[in-house]
Amino acid sequence: MSTSIRSRETGGPATEPATGGPTGARPPRGAGTVRVKSRPADRIFFGLSFGSAVAIMVILAAVALFLIIQAMPAILANWQSNPDLNEGPTSGFANFWSYVGPLIWGTLWASAIALVIGAPIAIGIALFISHYAPRRIAGVLGYLVDLLAAVPSIVFGLWGIIVIRPLLLPLTDWLSDNLGWIPIFAGAPSSTGSTILAGAVVLAVMILPIISSISREIFLQTPRLHEEAALALGATKWEMIRMAVFPYARSGIVSATLLGLGRALGETMAIALIISPSIGFSVKILTEGSNSQTIAANIALNFPIATSLQREALLGTGLMLFVISLAVNFVARGIVARSTPGRPKRTKRRAAPPDQGAPAGGAMIAGAAFAEPAAPETKGLQA
Amino acid sequence: MTVLSRQSRLTGKEPGPIRNTLATGALPRFTELYVLLGALVIMGGAFLLMGFNLGGWLFLSAILYLVGIGALSAVVENRRKALDRIVRSLVVIAFLLAIAPLVSTLVTVTAKGIGELNWGFISQTGGAVFDPATLKVTITTGALQAIVGTLEITGMAALMSIPIGILTAIYLVEYARPGQWMARTVTFLVDVMTGIPSIVAGLFAFSLFALLVGPKAFSGFSASVALSVLMIPIVVRSCEEMLRLVPHDLREASFALGVSRFSTIVKIVLPTALAGIITGVMLAIARVIGETAPIFMAASFTDNFNANLFSGPMQTLPVLAYTGYKFPGQDIAASNASAWGAALLLVLIVVVLNIIARVIARIFAPKTR
Repeated sequence: MSTSIRSRETGGPATEPATGGPTGARPPRGAGTVRVKSRPADRIFFGLSFGSAVAIMVILAAVALFLIIQAMPAILANWQSNPDLNEGPTSGFANFWSYVGPLIWGTLWASAIALVIGAPIAIGIALFISHYAPRRIAGVLGYLVDLLAAVPSIVFGLWGIIVIRPLLLPLTDWLSDNLGWIPIFAGAPSSTGSTILAGAVVLAVMILPIISSISREIFLQTPRLHEEAALALGATKWEMIRMAVFPYARSGIVSATLLGLGRALGETMAIALIISPSIGFSVKILTEGSNSQTIAANIALNFPIATSLQREALLGTGLMLFVISLAVNFVARGIVARSTPGRPKRTKRRAAPPDQGAPAGGAMIAGAAFAEPAAPETKGLQA
Repeated sequence: MTVLSRQSRLTGKEPGPIRNTLATGALPRFTELYVLLGALVIMGGAFLLMGFNLGGWLFLSAILYLVGIGALSAVVENRRKALDRIVRSLVVIAFLLAIAPLVSTLVTVTAKGIGELNWGFISQTGGAVFDPATLKVTITTGALQAIVGTLEITGMAALMSIPIGILTAIYLVEYARPGQWMARTVTFLVDVMTGIPSIVAGLFAFSLFALLVGPKAFSGFSASVALSVLMIPIVVRSCEEMLRLVPHDLREASFALGVSRFSTIVKIVLPTALAGIITGVMLAIARVIGETAPIFMAASFTDNFNANLFSGPMQTLPVLAYTGYKFPGQDIAASNASAWGAALLLVLIVVVLNIIARVIARIFAPKTR
């Protein structure tokens, strides 16, 4: 390691400053822009890769821009007098905001239920794989859970219709009979099972892999010494997890949950196929026909039958969904970035290429830090 | 301390053979198994009396088991150990709760779709054919148009996003200085892009082509654009990880020999990381091939065979599965059946892609170490 750094310090800047190198030897500007001996192929290739990076910025900006441009007419239109908006899916709303408001509520509500069901289970799964399962089969079990992320959402939707709806019927009846006085269980229970509860259960299944793979990765990074110290003091396994693992992973769990929320917010097919909705503010989860509708499912259901201006109204709701999920993702990423205890290896690795994370002599540490999280990392990518 | 006092109390009560001091105050080895079996049997009996229900039986058995093991452990051991046992059981239950949907989904799709999946389904175009002479609508089930559409749209999306994704990853790892403004922004934006809801990507593609081409601008290419938006961040993330795994010594050895940066990347770094990159790309394809909403928005759906990526609505497997259920034709049963057939076909494709990715990763993985 030290030799390699020295070689770069002395020979590096002459041939290759762009890798950065240790702080002292860093060239004034970065990234191949100041190549002394760069050949045409070099410059073209740098241009291409830089261009791709720029393209990503452009695409993201374009997503926002085109949605805004296309949605503006419907957002600004007078919904009461416009004949086009007064029929079909958009009829009966005073303006765009009174149309999108209940939809936003429905989206948040369905995702919240999914999160309440899914997040504890996902964290349990992560704990099982990281701390309870036998070491030898833990990898395979983790792969099985990740496989959940590979199943297309439409398949989950169809599965929800066939399996989850009838499965939940007895529970719905029981809840309605015994706990009907609680507002969310109020109303006549659905006889087909097309409730927001069934949709949320399917959503919960779909967000399991994303939450559990991120949490698992963080649980595995808990310092071994903390865990062993807790066990040596006589803690049971659960006490060890509560005292050593959870405090270390808290911010990671929160951001994993938020990323799961982001996934749930935008999920379309499960909700569109399962629940029978109406646009309105409703907290009832057992009824059919008076469920809240989500933005994504509303778009999917009405897009084919919508007229031009109605389509623009739907685009407007899509824009709102975009803004909401962006906000959730911003917060989640912000927590990841800010939390030093949560994932120090990750942030360090992200910030610096392998050899610069550790000063001279750190090759072993850097190498180990790489080899270990590599496996869960690649698995997590599916999610 | 507690263990000792408990033991002395126990031995005081029932003077018998001398106990192993390490084994006292602990439940015998297979207690958890026995309690579990007991809970299942008791609840099974109760449910047989009232009418059987698999979900309810398992659910109530689990609760009975948790209560049982907690009480037993609290009496024989202590409250801390009881809590520990309960949590252990809860964690195992959580895992089973994740496996159950996976198994259930695969079993359901296979059972429902296997009858539909034959050569005719794969090789002919399905849909309603109206015969003006007899005024009859004949319905054929087939998914050829959807298979072709899926392959073309996904292939086009892959063609667009793989180069952009890999090149961006190369920029981030090989060119950008850590902490540089541009690198941080791009990394952040890629993270943000991962969170774009798929339906928003579809709406984006639709509005883009609506502005460029006209209001009825459904085309397969538009769907490819939507899928690219979803696919690029996945490719960037996986390639970035893989490129960072390439040992720096390799690059330095190459630079030391006077090899240019371009040649180093193309001839040293990329070949070393190739297996991982292919794995990541495969998984990304598997991920977007099952997307329904964006394709539905951008390419609409059709029963007609359309292999032209650049004009007219195109059918794909996930959309066929969706429309077969949500907007069935006259013969509802046939529509539903072809929906399941399409779903099974889709799952098979995804599973095959995943297996290929795993095999590639398994075969070539050690090289990078």
